[in-house]
Amino acid sequence: MSDSNYTPKSKVGKWFNDRLPLLTLANHLTDYPTPKNLNYWWTFGGILTFCLLTQIVTGLVLAMHYIADTKLAFASVEHIMRDVNYGWLIRYVHANGASMFFLAVYIHIFRSLFYGSYKSPREIIWILGIIIYLLMMAAAFMGYVLPWGQMSYWGATVITNLFSAIPLIGEGITTWLWGGYSVDNPTLTRFFTLHYLIPFLILGLVVLHIWALHVPGNNNPVGIEIKKPSNDTVPFHPYIVIKDAFALLLFSIIFAFFVFYAPNILGHADNYIEANPLVTPAHIVPEWYLLPFYAILRSVPDKLMGVIAMFSAILILVVLPWLDTSKVRSAVFRPIYKQFYWILVLDVLVLGYVGAMPAEGLYLLIARVATAYYFAHFLIVLPVLGWVEKTNPIPLSISEPVLAGSAMATRGVREEKIEVNLKSLG
Amino acid sequence: MSEKKQNNRRDFIFTATATAGAVGVGAAVWPLIDQMNPDASVKALASTEVDISSVKPGQSITVVWRGKPVFIKRRTQEEIEKARSVSLEELKDPQKDEDRVKKPEWLVMLGICTHLGCVPLSDKGEYDGWFCPCHGSHYDTSGRIRKGPAPINMEVPQYVFLDDNTIKIG
Repeated sequence: MSDSNYTPKSKVGKWFNDRLPLLTLANHLTDYPTPKNLNYWWTFGGILTFCLLTQIVTGLVLAMHYIADTKLAFASVEHIMRDVNYGWLIRYVHANGASMFFLAVYIHIFRSLFYGSYKSPREIIWILGIIIYLLMMAAAFMGYVLPWGQMSYWGATVITNLFSAIPLIGEGITTWLWGGYSVDNPTLTRFFTLHYLIPFLILGLVVLHIWALHVPGNNNPVGIEIKKPSNDTVPFHPYIVIKDAFALLLFSIIFAFFVFYAPNILGHADNYIEANPLVTPAHIVPEWYLLPFYAILRSVPDKLMGVIAMFSAILILVVLPWLDTSKVRSAVFRPIYKQFYWILVLDVLVLGYVGAMPAEGLYLLIARVATAYYFAHFLIVLPVLGWVEKTNPIPLSISEPVLAGSAMATRGVREEKIEVNLKSLG
Repeated sequence: MSEKKQNNRRDFIFTATATAGAVGVGAAVWPLIDQMNPDASVKALASTEVDISSVKPGQSITVVWRGKPVFIKRRTQEEIEKARSVSLEELKDPQKDEDRVKKPEWLVMLGICTHLGCVPLSDKGEYDGWFCPCHGSHYDTSGRIRKGPAPINMEVPQYVFLDDNTIKIG
């Protein structure tokens, strides 16, 4: 990379940088050549970093007042809400922050799916992202247990019981997870510890995620490899920084709306009832961001198979870069994939909806069809499309469609077109 | 000494070191894993005695044993007959009602759905036994799974009748 040529201007800066090249790193980050056509779907990386830091800061403060003990946890959360200065604000930011975090990560993931950002040479970035996503789900689940309300308790019971589906060792694993014969105080204290730990693991993985991103550089809406730096790129600072900051501002407005005007709309009223091991609430529903996977779990009538299907739905994403056989990245040039992409979006939304509904009658039928389609998309549609789809010609550079319009009369384009067609023929 | 022999000696030392290291790491990690298993204070709460003298026919009480709900149901004659008239072929987890109770009138079982651990509601569901609201499992008047995702019947814990009015669970 060109960064190695960098030398700080001041003498002190040079002295410091020779011993610890932090200034070189800062220079790399500001000058980092970024495709000039990045749209607003690309601003969610920055938004997600903001979400993570918000959760860490508010969580740190909440931990100063929270007590991880089954007899005191529920009261300590109410104490935060009523007595602690600005406790209500900090807790509402933290609770809604989790939802905002998932909202942003889903947009981020679906952006990647649309523009093929998971494809070679960015597979490792993608897989690191999936690991972060899994850790986010674990952190969110354990965090939801901490207030020790009815949903906390029964959510914890249902989710930890998923492991009891494993043949032979399942019972032992759940007992080990609980530290007893049911969800109880040992479970709460360990969940609190892990809930505190995981965000820092995520932070570490985010560093790797960005590091891996900075090796090949950003994908872009056109999905082609570009020369860096060239007239196809702009420096990260100030161009992308300003764009990210503006998007973050808009995102913060939505965030603030939930915190100040509808702080409990994404939660469940049952969680304001203290946990009672003898009474299960009439409807146990996970938080909205886990509903599609919950629908998949319930759509399979067999316990073990349901659990396998649910975990597979997430883990199938790990091998996505190899399931998608198309060499063209961006859906902009893949007319058929584009349609399947939107069907998948719809499919996941439908799964989310039926996940919130009782598992019976028509809802169950819809859940089964949607589950089957979800797996078909990744296991059948994507591999086959790569072979049969006739993709549109892709431009040679980002500047080209802007400067030459849609007319691609140059010799190079024709060559590219032939190459692409050959690829799509296999 | 030939060079080959030297290499073999070195290989042996590497393998021995790695093995000793692995055993050492395993020994160091095990306490960190095992500390999560139920501790002595949890294990100490192993049994519960229940006075059942005030339970009338058709009534059911719920008691806590090892942090889990236990249903103690005094069944009516009708409910007993209903449970016993079912043929075993109809059952997902075939088990005779006679094998699930010590006295026909008293059904004692863990009040935990075998699907994902919710507490089923009594006198509900299509078989007039229990119904789990979480994922829709139906149990009959013997606590056997009849319909829904739960794989097996509700579990019967170890218990004894100390006298006519007292049950000791565990």
